[in-house]
Amino acid sequence: MIWQQLQSLAGSYPLALRGLGMTVVLSLISLVLGTLLGFGLGILRTGGNRLISGLIGAWVDLIRGTPFLVQIFLIFFILPEFGIELDAFTAGIIALTNLAACFICEIVVAGIRSVPTGQVEAALASGLSRWQRMRQVVLPQAMRIVLPPLVGQYVLLIKDSSVVSAIGLTDLTRVGWLVVQRVPNGLLVFFLVGVGYFIVCYPLIMLARRLERRMGAAHGEVQL
Amino acid sequence: MLENFSFRTIVEYLPLFGQGLITTVWLSALSFVGALIVGIVLCAMNLQRGWLFRAPAKAYIDAVRATPLLAQLYFLYFGLPRLGFVLPELVVGILALSLNSGAYVAEIIRAGILSIPRGQVEASVASGMTYVQRMRLVVLPQAFKVTIPPLLGQAIVLVKDSALLSLISVSELTRAGQLLASDRFMPAEGFLTIAAFYLLLYYCLKGLAGLSSRWLGTAGART
Repeated sequence: MIWQQLQSLAGSYPLALRGLGMTVVLSLISLVLGTLLGFGLGILRTGGNRLISGLIGAWVDLIRGTPFLVQIFLIFFILPEFGIELDAFTAGIIALTNLAACFICEIVVAGIRSVPTGQVEAALASGLSRWQRMRQVVLPQAMRIVLPPLVGQYVLLIKDSSVVSAIGLTDLTRVGWLVVQRVPNGLLVFFLVGVGYFIVCYPLIMLARRLERRMGAAHGEVQL
Repeated sequence: MLENFSFRTIVEYLPLFGQGLITTVWLSALSFVGALIVGIVLCAMNLQRGWLFRAPAKAYIDAVRATPLLAQLYFLYFGLPRLGFVLPELVVGILALSLNSGAYVAEIIRAGILSIPRGQVEASVASGMTYVQRMRLVVLPQAFKVTIPPLLGQAIVLVKDSALLSLISVSELTRAGQLLASDRFMPAEGFLTIAAFYLLLYYCLKGLAGLSSRWLGTAGART
């Protein structure tokens, strides 16, 4: 019985691999784009322009206040009404990138605000330009605060990518859903799906924990 | 563009949205209570000295944190009938949300308990308190203060996560939007309306988190 099911599951091996590939590609693209955009937004938000930082703050709140599933539906079904035709893959990338950017923006803002004002003042006094100040003084110190939650955010992003299966993208979760229609053993099928995600996510979780510990240790040194 | 955006249809479907909103609220509340129970049990297991309780708790927390909620939801939805438990979708959904959020709640409570300075515990041991007295009189009241804001943050996450239950056809808020989108081909009306309702819930909980952290004098919630 179980043996037969395992055999018929083995037939879905190529499909599963494609699904895992789709999950990884989706996550990787939106991770890179989201990080760049998130840092940009975070720097703009702490830039001092009231209007810009208010707008970014409002947008971040809108995204944090609504379920990701609803965001995907909005992008996939409503952007076409504005004349922007999207396939599911592009819609998924846009939704995930936007989500990642908003959360990373918050992380970056927290990091930048953690840098003591004395540092910024000293940089100003030494005649560094805005860009130099950010790149050589503020960001390197902010990174200590930013890095652990950033890695944690990547884990969330990979997990959230499973929601794009709702608009028909064949990612790992969707593959599980397809296979379970044929092999009616939900426990086994979704256990294997879970293993797939675990292999990708767990190393990142470990990395985030290590970074947190190291940052804690570094922090302790400063306090001494 | 959205030139034929129909407010009339939204008003017509308002009872459906209202029902969806109410379902989302009470199923999230119920799941949150479930998550608290699961979290407290997991945390108690995780704080034991021996590995017998600790190892399974840690494995469970890691497994939940490293896999998506949607996969967990399908695991229960397609898996439970296999074990002979044929439950309504709503019950499966609440179960999945409780079991998922429970792992995060366990970590929040643990962080709260571990935030109590070691000296306090040692002092209470030195004053001859029993384990229960120590927990009840020294550790928990202080840990409570630290955990409330992040717990409210977790409640926000839970409300948003409950949208996924629409995918196993639980008739909550997102499902109401989907119905409008598919019955009348009005995705804009459907999804923008539910987005507004979710924002309403979000701002309520966020306000509550802000108030609680002001009352308790702790740092704000991370949502």
